[in-house]
Amino acid sequence: MSLRTPPLSGVHEEAGASMTDFGGWEMPVEFESIREEHATVRSAVGKFDVSHMGEVTVDGPEAERLTQRLTTNDVAALDPGEAQYAAITDGDGVMLDDTVVYRLPAEADDEFLFVPNAGHDEEMAERWTSHREQWGLDATVTNRTTEYAMIALQGPDAPDLLAERTDIRLAEMDRFGVERGPVAGVDSLVARTGYTGERGFEILCPWDAAETVWTALECPPCGLGARDTLRLEMGFLLSGQDFDPEDEPRTPYEAGIGWTVKLDTEFVGRDALEQQDAEGITEKLVGIELVDRGIPRHGYEVQTPDGESIGHVTSGTMSPTLGEAIALAYLPVEYRDPGTSLRVVVRGEPKKARTRAPPFIDR
Amino acid sequence: MSFDVPDDLRYLESHEWVRVDDATARVGITDFAQDELGDVVFVELPDDGEELTAGEEFGVVESIKAVSDVYAPVSGTVTAVNDALFDEPELVNEDPFGEGWMLEVELADAGELDDLLSPEEYGDQIA
Repeated sequence: MSLRTPPLSGVHEEAGASMTDFGGWEMPVEFESIREEHATVRSAVGKFDVSHMGEVTVDGPEAERLTQRLTTNDVAALDPGEAQYAAITDGDGVMLDDTVVYRLPAEADDEFLFVPNAGHDEEMAERWTSHREQWGLDATVTNRTTEYAMIALQGPDAPDLLAERTDIRLAEMDRFGVERGPVAGVDSLVARTGYTGERGFEILCPWDAAETVWTALECPPCGLGARDTLRLEMGFLLSGQDFDPEDEPRTPYEAGIGWTVKLDTEFVGRDALEQQDAEGITEKLVGIELVDRGIPRHGYEVQTPDGESIGHVTSGTMSPTLGEAIALAYLPVEYRDPGTSLRVVVRGEPKKARTRAPPFIDR
Repeated sequence: MSFDVPDDLRYLESHEWVRVDDATARVGITDFAQDELGDVVFVELPDDGEELTAGEEFGVVESIKAVSDVYAPVSGTVTAVNDALFDEPELVNEDPFGEGWMLEVELADAGELDDLLSPEEYGDQIA
């Protein structure tokens, strides 16, 4: 199967990026240095090509009803120009993907747009379409993944940099707000969202105009490597790794995003989640820091100090900000209290570790 | 992209270098290897006195994005380990043939050096 390529792949190649397969897309993982790209976003501003993220629009009289019934959060609570984070669950409450649902500003062509993760766009467009048929709802679902490029501008200096290229009143935008307007002369949707823990924006622009917007935002390009260390320092989930319907079936409560579940709305998986909410969860995603030297990686076993196996690492890295090794793992809830002693098995050696509540950095 | 391949070293196909001084060999990973790995954040090395066997792994180098075994270019006894790498693993990126060295070995069989790649051969391999 050939990899999908973002509209900026030629620009990245010229910049000397190393590329990687991510969710079926050939994306830049690193330009100069993951460590430097990470530090740039924490201290100044960097730009990411995240055009591998999906874009699916939902329009029509029952677009709200359809999206409400397929996401855990309360879509009805959104005013035009607002967005929310949500999980997409199956009938058992197991997360299929996580997403941001935007109710677009009134002047946009569609009412809703949601952003599935890389490689999930076709599956989610199909999920919306088949449920529309099943429930007989009047809504138009369109997979626009290759119509929109997505550029994330992240870091404390992002508002100042973007303000030079747009007349959207950025200072008046709330977190998770979305506006339509020109960026570097290109008609775009600008959202105050991101996945780094820093202030920043995600810009959706037409696929063919991606290079104009990218070039106009003059700051260091950053790859998916830095995006991963930045999100992990915040304890943010990575779809397909920290949860996955096949390899790591988890509910939003187990994954620590129970706040996205609105049980007073109607959605697929609601009854199962209501039951789990009432009974309580038995395992939960916790943060871990290593005390001994070593780096926890995806799949490494987590043990009690006595050597009893209690789970495995879903994500782990050396935190560039802290210089400490950090990880996420699902553990029985009796181990969730911060400071609980654990072991992480690194190449056969149990390394001392302890639980630590994310985010790992102060933000 | 071009990488340093110093003339006075011998190389292993798996991107380790060795610098021989009498019966002692200093070992590290190449400029090409550190660039492929990216930011090195962790190095695991054997202790003084451990025996290495040519072609077998003796340690691990981890960057943010990857874990990589390091292989012994020669057999022998470890006589020195670069402890500085435990606190400053980035030395492997900054100076792979200098301050980023990993260990020194007392050669068990100098004849093994003939099996290693010359700078020209290694240069061709990474070209």
